[in-house]
Amino acid sequence: MISVSPLLFLILVPIIAAALVMAGANARTTSMLGSAVNVLFLFALLFLYDESAGSFQFLGSIPVLPQFGLNLTLGADGLSLVMLFLSTIVTFAAVCVARPPVDNPRWFYVCLLFISAGVIGAFASLDVLFLYMFHELALIPTFLLIGIWGSGDKQAAAWKATVYLATGSFILLFGIIGLYLIQPEAARSFDLRQILAHAEAGLIPDNPVVYLLLLFGFGILVSLFPFHTWAPQAYACAPAPASMLHAGVLKKFGLYGLIRLAVPLMPESIQQYAPLLLALLLGNILYVGYVTIAQRKLDLMLGYSSVMHMGYIFLGFAALTEISLTGASLMLLSHGLTIAALFALSGEIRERTGTLDFHELGGLARITPRLGLAFGFAAMASVGLPGFIGFAGELLVFFGSFGAGMPAMGLLNGQEVFGFNAYQLATIAAVWGIVISAIYMLRAYRRVFMGPLAERWSRLPDLAGAPHASLVLLLAIMLVFGFFPQFLVNLVTPALILP
Amino acid sequence: MSASLVPWIILFAPLCAAALILLGGRFSKSLSASLALLAAITTCLLSWWLFFQPAPEKSLSFPWLSLGPDFTLSISMTIDHLSKVMLLIVTSISVLVFTYALGYMRAEEGYSRFFAGLSLFLFSMLGIVLADNFVMMFIFWELVGVSSYILIGHYYSKDSAADAGKQAFIVNRIGDFGFMLGILLFWLATGSVVFAEIFAKIPALQSAPVFLVVASVLVFMGTIGKSAQMPLHVWLPNSMEGPTPVSSLLHAATMVAAGVYLLARIFPILEVVPDAREIIAWVGGITCFAAALMATQQTDIKRVLAYSTISQLGYMVLGIGVAPTQEVAMFHLFTHACFKCLLFLAAGSVMIAMHHDVEMWNMGGLRKKLPVTMLCFVAGMLALSGCPFTSGYYSKDLIIEFAVEKIPFLGWLVAAAAGLTAFYIFREFFVVFFGKARSEHAEHAHEQPISMLLPMAVLSLFAIGAGWPIIQGQLFNLPHPHHVPDLLHPFLYVMFFGGAGLAAILYFKAEKDPISIPLFANRLYIDNVYFWFVDKIQGGGSALLSWADRWVVDLVVVQIPSKCVWACGFLLRFLQIGNIQAYAFFFGAGVIGLIYLLISK
Repeated sequence: MISVSPLLFLILVPIIAAALVMAGANARTTSMLGSAVNVLFLFALLFLYDESAGSFQFLGSIPVLPQFGLNLTLGADGLSLVMLFLSTIVTFAAVCVARPPVDNPRWFYVCLLFISAGVIGAFASLDVLFLYMFHELALIPTFLLIGIWGSGDKQAAAWKATVYLATGSFILLFGIIGLYLIQPEAARSFDLRQILAHAEAGLIPDNPVVYLLLLFGFGILVSLFPFHTWAPQAYACAPAPASMLHAGVLKKFGLYGLIRLAVPLMPESIQQYAPLLLALLLGNILYVGYVTIAQRKLDLMLGYSSVMHMGYIFLGFAALTEISLTGASLMLLSHGLTIAALFALSGEIRERTGTLDFHELGGLARITPRLGLAFGFAAMASVGLPGFIGFAGELLVFFGSFGAGMPAMGLLNGQEVFGFNAYQLATIAAVWGIVISAIYMLRAYRRVFMGPLAERWSRLPDLAGAPHASLVLLLAIMLVFGFFPQFLVNLVTPALILP
Repeated sequence: MSASLVPWIILFAPLCAAALILLGGRFSKSLSASLALLAAITTCLLSWWLFFQPAPEKSLSFPWLSLGPDFTLSISMTIDHLSKVMLLIVTSISVLVFTYALGYMRAEEGYSRFFAGLSLFLFSMLGIVLADNFVMMFIFWELVGVSSYILIGHYYSKDSAADAGKQAFIVNRIGDFGFMLGILLFWLATGSVVFAEIFAKIPALQSAPVFLVVASVLVFMGTIGKSAQMPLHVWLPNSMEGPTPVSSLLHAATMVAAGVYLLARIFPILEVVPDAREIIAWVGGITCFAAALMATQQTDIKRVLAYSTISQLGYMVLGIGVAPTQEVAMFHLFTHACFKCLLFLAAGSVMIAMHHDVEMWNMGGLRKKLPVTMLCFVAGMLALSGCPFTSGYYSKDLIIEFAVEKIPFLGWLVAAAAGLTAFYIFREFFVVFFGKARSEHAEHAHEQPISMLLPMAVLSLFAIGAGWPIIQGQLFNLPHPHHVPDLLHPFLYVMFFGGAGLAAILYFKAEKDPISIPLFANRLYIDNVYFWFVDKIQGGGSALLSWADRWVVDLVVVQIPSKCVWACGFLLRFLQIGNIQAYAFFFGAGVIGLIYLLISK
């Protein structure tokens, strides 16, 4: 039985645009039009989504291998809509910022569009196997973009990212197979709705092996410490649009998967292995945070900073409270927008100067004020300044994880309780992250945009045209949601299925 | 116009001005300045109107972030006597400084950017004043931090200004780290972040004394950062790299006093935690004395005032620690805002005349060239040094009286600091305005336009008269200590006349500094310790970690497993028998083994 979801349209638009590009249409214009259509379409979906009804809407299903119960089932709830929103917006910005390379410009745009189709498919799929396959579809063009159109030691970077991400995907595949096998034999399914129904009926045992496979499978994809070393190098070598799409959207897939699958199915395992995860995520926040401070090049620094920020989202996940998970979901969006803007801006700087080395740059705000202003906004969003959506996310993660677990602080049955549990200790360490991120971000801004302007940079052109407009759009979205985060919370929180 | 709507207009008018300047400021400089000034005047008039209104029953509340009834963070206003008085101080001084800035910045670059920054600051500061819960206060707390960063770094092409802005932001964030943890602790214990609700639950928490002390001191860390108390005071003198109106408004009169305002706001909590108040008192008292020592040997006209500000903030923090109500500290906050703002504006006027030379020993003899500026400076100086019957005399002596009564050692220490205060400010006065002109610029100095002199004149009246009982009674309800030692007041007179007299003897016609104390001139070497720490420990440590990330983590996680895989591959090569049934057998065995592993649990 075939029913078509409007979400299929979202996936097909980039594929059709890619086909048109290959058929000879103007690559840049076609890609921009295609991604703009997707953004508008997504706004329509957000408008049509019935918040009071909640749950998955815009359902549609196309049988692929019915005998195995494999269907391309699409649907979206509040959380997936937010992720889809992120995907379409960042795709649009990435295509706007992209400079057609000298060789094979068509293939370059086709790769970008295929990443877009892949991530949209992954976030719109209700079938776990398709969720996985769409993610893989997006990974392949990412490797190509780094390896072919990258800079610096691009082949090594692409190779390393491939090894890591393939390993992560491989472990994840086992996790998904395990997820299939632990369901009751008569009713095994890859359909997310079915799995959640089973879980609600208590038919799915909380299997720690499957949880660990999912955690490390998804974790490697999200650069969980100590599996993070691929990320900064890959982002530094990748062309700016590829970094934007991967760091901004594709990487979020792992955390999205954990919130989607592990939270409702394996809450006990999450709590059981929380100390392990807390230790690793503090590696992300503190260890990687200090490594970030030591970076001397803007692109590497941004790469490490994105690894560091994943630690907060993991913290929100590990604490497993409504507040912390809402915070983690908001941070998926906020970090995606912020890091996309930052990579776009660092790409713009490299385009103009040919270097991102702090020692060679300086004083650029004087000659390129719009670039400086946009970078300043994005940097402040990244350090979690109130007014930007990142602050709301971080705040909720801190509150949620500080309130997680027992014993509660203060007064308990008239007796003073003063001692911290593991979640609270981790939160205290994580709050120190606001100091670390301020140090490296402001240092970078100081080195690149402030100070005296060197003679050789005195004739750089300022930000203009489509890249400027798309960056303003990204920053405006961060501000709007920062002032009114309730809109996101209303979408995301009902979608969380808590133990 | 209702009293519940007005606070919202007060709060958002400056933000609108900032946004409009950002969008349209490049078209016209005077448009930017007028927008900023218009917003400031609006907030000021409304604040005065609000002051005479009875407190509204219920003010408008906007749920900013809500996850159901148990967890709601809202933006809502608290209108009580404390916030009304603070509104008056902040908005009135803002109007004066904005007016002054019209003249001061007339020839400067980034005119529109400057006024956008000032408006953003005013918005953030008013948010702190009006906040009725911890989270809202933290939000605006961070926003004043960023507006301070923008304004200190106004001359961002200058390395020293760029570094100073960065340092201010980072040091403040260290304070915010503690502040955030304090908020989390209070939230966990009371289930709320709203001040009134926390206050209501504090009596029940009194059987948890350790918790209350830890939580209060963590919140106080926010004050240590924002109000530049030791050991996080290093950023404030460096913030003098910003334009002088900024130093005057943010780094003397209002923003740095936000830390004290925070303590005053949570005074009902502190009231029942005497241990925390004792810690607060010691931090304030030591800061007060040490900063006064450092001020005596500075040669930069603004840095003397900056250390003076730290020292005076120390008095206020001490006032929170020792006085029975928050009114005592707020009274000094009020008088200090008037006279320190004035002193900075006068210093700015001198700087313009000196073409931005800030070295005191290049000035001299300016009393004839800048007579109005000198008179205003004298008014501020007398108030600061606690000359009898000026505003500072009333407010500072009250704090010292309470301190002597409660913690005698600390009290006498800060009484001695009053003598140092008189010494350093009279030293600055004689070096700048007396003696012979010691540079080209000093010989050709000119008085400033009326837009700069008028705010100074108004503030001079306040600096002298703001502490008089007739004004005191309108704004504050001050308690008085019962047992003041008889010696204290004579001692304070001796301190004032002694400090001023000694400065007169040493500096009246001095060509260079007759005394040299490297320990004070080098700020007790605290800055050096920080530089060493940042350079060696943080820089070296992170470089080491970065190296380890490249060569150790990568090796352990990637290279060794990859070598293992390679070795396995080498071994497995022997299994390559080229027989399809054998492969199928191995594959099947593997799958079965795996399934067994998963199911058997």
